[in-house]
Amino acid sequence: MDLYLPVANLSVNALVIVLLGGGVGLLSGMFGVGGGFLTTPLLIFYGIPPTVAVASAATQVTGASVSGVMAYLDRDAVDLRMGSVLVAGGLLGSLIGAGLFELLAALGQIDTAISILYVGLLGTVGALMGREAWGTLRSMQAGLPPPARKRRHHPMVANLPMRWRFYRSGLYISPLAPLLLGMAVGILTMLLGVGGGFILVPAMLYLLGMGTQVVVGTSLFQILFVTIATTMVHAMTTGAVDIVLAGLLLLGSVTGAQVGARFAQKARPEYLRLALAVIVLLVAVQMAVGLFIRPDEIYTVQ
Amino acid sequence: MRRLAAFLLWLALAAGLGGAAHAADPRLVPDVSSRAIEIQYSFTGEELLLFGAILYPGQRLPDDRADIVVVLKGPVRPIVLREKRRVAGMWVNANSIRLRTSPGFYAIGSSRPIEQLVDERTAAIFELGLSNLSMSPTGFSESRKLERFENGLIDLYTRQGLFYQNPRAVEITEGVLYRARIPLPARVPVGTYRAETYLISKGRVLAVASRDVQIRKAGFERFVALAAQRHGFLYGLSAVLLSLVLGYGASALFRRR
Repeated sequence: MDLYLPVANLSVNALVIVLLGGGVGLLSGMFGVGGGFLTTPLLIFYGIPPTVAVASAATQVTGASVSGVMAYLDRDAVDLRMGSVLVAGGLLGSLIGAGLFELLAALGQIDTAISILYVGLLGTVGALMGREAWGTLRSMQAGLPPPARKRRHHPMVANLPMRWRFYRSGLYISPLAPLLLGMAVGILTMLLGVGGGFILVPAMLYLLGMGTQVVVGTSLFQILFVTIATTMVHAMTTGAVDIVLAGLLLLGSVTGAQVGARFAQKARPEYLRLALAVIVLLVAVQMAVGLFIRPDEIYTVQ
Repeated sequence: MRRLAAFLLWLALAAGLGGAAHAADPRLVPDVSSRAIEIQYSFTGEELLLFGAILYPGQRLPDDRADIVVVLKGPVRPIVLREKRRVAGMWVNANSIRLRTSPGFYAIGSSRPIEQLVDERTAAIFELGLSNLSMSPTGFSESRKLERFENGLIDLYTRQGLFYQNPRAVEITEGVLYRARIPLPARVPVGTYRAETYLISKGRVLAVASRDVQIRKAGFERFVALAAQRHGFLYGLSAVLLSLVLGYGASALFRRR
């Protein structure tokens, strides 16, 4: 079933896009990630122009995170104060990201920048996550208790001026730390079309030292608002949001996410994390290969 | 004032053509299968038929067979063409040129290969053939680099179906009727196209005639594309609303079960 995308200016097989969204949704429901880091590269492989892929993937992440935020709000598992600081940083970041996007596009380096950022980020996060999950699994098999982690924020965070109390997170730290974190993730959302959960969650745990019970809910809260903001910024600057493409992706991903969430309740979290690490690393390797082998098109038109 | 100038120009053209056109020169009556092509939800490309008749004075066919060349040319626009090079092992955009008048679509069909019909100079004057497109590069660049880039663009667009050259596309029946099919790909750019027909004999262009063809998005696609361009804020807002409604709707639906 062919469908013409009015902003991307090409025809796609609607079924393929819905299934792609469904697959990403399945994973996002299972692992609690937005799935933008899978959507953008897959859309680019399919032949969608990178700018349209990035802008429309951000719209899809909004849809994927909304039900999660509602669920966590119901359970009072969102630190609204921390979340607001992160969102403020994220809004700042999406504006900075818009400037960077325009600059890189004018230099003709946006595609390369997207690929390099993906390889670096996904490679690092995937390797860290895989090592940790592997270690936990090994010690579980040996019958040892999993290594206990000390909850504590990074010394750099402790040195920042000004301190606020974040009761739900159990923290007394400078708001500058989450502001900067939110900003960095906002830039990535704008440039890569990712929600950034795979960076936010570890950073909240290991850099800020937040309590585990509010980490996922608060990160989803930030992702929801920042992807809304980047969709708006993309719509008003690059004009690359394809609402038909986003709609198709959403149709698949919102249903896939529900199925994935049911599946996740039955599976062991350690195995899930290891599987996610493998998927993340595979995407990173695929992107890296794309950078180093001779591309199909040497010439591109802008 | 503008009208006066236009009138004078028309007079000059009419006089010039009148002087140039030989009394015994044939005329072309061209047409296209559709004057307006609409891009809608299931658009996967289309085929445009360019056809028409050759009117010889006195309705007498000449002894030599004449040839027909048809050209369908899309709107020209300025582009930046980038070339990837290997830098530190990675393939990145390293070089670029600007072309001020690059057509987004160009198709040429003829009854015989162009090289056999006219000499290079005539082909260049009438822009017949992909290698004869004048794309107005800006800035200084050596001709070898320019040629490399232009060949790169021609290769890229040919594979995307945006440039098309077929030396056997035109069929001439009984020496007076001609027809040619030009394929339009799904990613064809919108705008006003010009379908030109050339009657060529013995290396000379005897007659030229043209027709305009509109290619535009229609219905929902047109509405969306326009909204994305002109009302970025409202468009973004509706995209956000769509995702919120779908995301929330799905979770509400599944929870009830």
